Amino acid sequence: MSDDTRDSETEGLEGKQVSDGRSHGAEERRRVHDLWVAGTEEPDWVATATDEGAQEMLPRELDPGLAAQRGVTVVDDYGEPTGLRGDELQILNMGPQHPATHGVLRLQLELDGETILRSKPIIGYLHTGMEKTAETLSYMQGGTNVTRMDYLSPFHNELCFSLVVEQLLDVDIPPRAQAIRILMTELNRVASHLIWLATFGLDIGALSMMLYGWRERESVLDFFEKVTGLRMNHNYIRPGGVAADLPDGWETDVEGILEVVRTGLGDYEAMLNENPIFVDRTQGVGIITPAEAQAYGVTGVNARATGLDYDVRKAFPYSGIEQYEFDVPVGQHGDTFDRYLLRMEEIRQSLRIAEQVIETMPPGDYRATDRKVTPPPRRRIDESMEALIHHFKIFTAGFDVPAGEVYQAVESPRGELGMYLVSKGGPKPWRLHVRAPSFATVQALPVMMSGQLIADVIATLASVDPVLGDVDR
Amino acid sequence: MAGEVDNPSFFLTTLQKGVNWTRTKSMWPATFGLACCAIEMMATGAAHNDMARFGMEVFRASPRQADLMIVAGRVSQKMAPVLRQVYDQMAEPKWVISMGACASTGGMFNNYALVQGVDQIVPVDVYVPGCPPGPQSLLHGILTLHQGIMSGEIQRSTGVV
Amino acid sequence: MAASGGEVADDPILDAVVAVAASAKVTVTTAGPVQVVVEVGREDYPALVEAARAGGFETFIDLCAVDHLAREPRFDVVVNLLSTQHTRRLLIKVGVPNEDPSLPSISMVYPGANFYERETWDMFGIVFDGHPDLTRLLMPDEWDGHPLRKDYRIGSVPVEFKATR
Repeated sequence: MSDDTRDSETEGLEGKQVSDGRSHGAEERRRVHDLWVAGTEEPDWVATATDEGAQEMLPRELDPGLAAQRGVTVVDDYGEPTGLRGDELQILNMGPQHPATHGVLRLQLELDGETILRSKPIIGYLHTGMEKTAETLSYMQGGTNVTRMDYLSPFHNELCFSLVVEQLLDVDIPPRAQAIRILMTELNRVASHLIWLATFGLDIGALSMMLYGWRERESVLDFFEKVTGLRMNHNYIRPGGVAADLPDGWETDVEGILEVVRTGLGDYEAMLNENPIFVDRTQGVGIITPAEAQAYGVTGVNARATGLDYDVRKAFPYSGIEQYEFDVPVGQHGDTFDRYLLRMEEIRQSLRIAEQVIETMPPGDYRATDRKVTPPPRRRIDESMEALIHHFKIFTAGFDVPAGEVYQAVESPRGELGMYLVSKGGPKPWRLHVRAPSFATVQALPVMMSGQLIADVIATLASVDPVLGDVDR
Repeated sequence: MAGEVDNPSFFLTTLQKGVNWTRTKSMWPATFGLACCAIEMMATGAAHNDMARFGMEVFRASPRQADLMIVAGRVSQKMAPVLRQVYDQMAEPKWVISMGACASTGGMFNNYALVQGVDQIVPVDVYVPGCPPGPQSLLHGILTLHQGIMSGEIQRSTGVV
Repeated sequence: MAASGGEVADDPILDAVVAVAASAKVTVTTAGPVQVVVEVGREDYPALVEAARAGGFETFIDLCAVDHLAREPRFDVVVNLLSTQHTRRLLIKVGVPNEDPSLPSISMVYPGANFYERETWDMFGIVFDGHPDLTRLLMPDEWDGHPLRKDYRIGSVPVEFKATR
């Protein structure tokens, strides 16, 4: 089968046969796996299943997607080399199991030597059917499903889900709940950017960055565990408020986090900002222009690095974030180095917001007092029969949400995370569609990687911070 | 032969124990982090819960150089043949830890998109429950595997020892 | 073209966009953040999208489908656009019938629609005419069926516990 596809690929290229230097018997031998556990029969389809016929790259002249890949209003001058012989092109497959693809992303690269001409991201290796699962879970349970989507920033998924449900419900969220939500999401942004920094450094070659990033993240995760009970995938932010109040002494914990992360950031900037190897590998690499970013729907840091000043927290504020003072850093070059600088600055701004939340945290309820949405406090269940029935009804049957179709977005560390909810009045969503920021970013990867070297592909891919759970859902 | 002989000689049993000891002391995992569990797996390799004290911090990208496959995350239908192929490419002796609820049984996603348990595709030695299991749970799973190998309970090779 | 809902104020940007489509129906809701939805027929859909792009909605946010099953037309395709210069969103809804589940592709207007249309084809079976590469995106190539349709079962396997045997 692989022989056939290679023929069709070279057909357009002056009909030259690509010599692979192997004998014909090699094709047959390649499909037989010599090593398997004795006693298990290997099914036929396994051998050829990863060839994925439809996911081939067409010859350049026949590829109708080439025009679309090049953006709409941008002059295409990627510097295509002239005088390229057909037999110098090579199609290389990166992934899905690969140390540097940040998850199970498969990239097909068309190479001229080490330069990328075209690339094609192939996704779907982590598709979990979350949108289908969401239709079977009640609104109280829905948070557990969506929180595992973008697993580096679970609070943002939960917040977006809660906000979109609350838009259809007619319920007032108390200010304390809103402040807690902002605190958790901004600390989550810090944790997510720290992981990004760790894996980015690892891919670039700054291996110590990997260990430092995780170290600071542990202090943030300790706080999360104290508040929600879990290090990741919390289901803490629910429609109506949050699941539990902050524990006593949380101010001290958050101040400790602020100090630890700020010191750490100073160290990392000293280590990386002026490092000539780091600067060489990141400046001018993976450039995307503002027009391309908008046409592809790239949002978040990746878009702000190009000069677009769009942040959902400022444009469409949610959950009371407009009362806090913070800046949104904007870059100018649209390259990897700008994305790095922006994320470092965003960590600082998120810490600034956390500081203000400590100072201005209002007292009060941590969830709406509307009995339709909020279960009773747990100790009341032992005292009152109505409370027990109320608790039972909410957790088994769920509460009904009025019919409607709404879209709500939040600013996740990867960009604009949005959810489109269609409700027909029942206790479960009719349709929940998640607009994942990494989906648009992965789609725009060919634009960023065209004309670069393979090593730059690694740097670019790491710098745009894709999370495959977001992409595939 | 140590398995077939009724009265294994002193030399062979000591050799077997020695071999088991070496296998557990530097068991290199293959990078097979898929989803959220991968983050906790990386956290286990990081400084706070150090996997290097067990000789395991080197995650080998190439399955040829790896001994242990920690399937960390949910395995989708598209990923299943890839998983099997990577497992087949690993050289004997090899072990599999199924980390997390999704890898062990399909987790909370009992639907069309996921393989309901990675043991439908590869043989699993240790299942680590959790969603995601914290680093301490994963370390417990790894140490359970080590103990199983040391005691001879988990035999994965087809050779003499 | 009818405007209903809370806002009665002038909206020149929206009016310029909607003017090209005779079958457009505008709904504005102000329950939470202002939401502007333009429902349009299939024949006016490409023109409306191009007018939106020309009218300042330069950022493509989302394209998804909804399966209403018992309604005619069965599917709704929702396009979500954003204008950063005017800081506003626009939702465009098109009805797609079950007998002829196809829609013109807008991937030449917004290149970002490429993956979203592929995903919609994969999950719902709605064909986008003019799409450069309409193949499966999330499911394996040889998968049968369109999972997010309402008549496609969730596909759960019965859970068995050893103790119950």
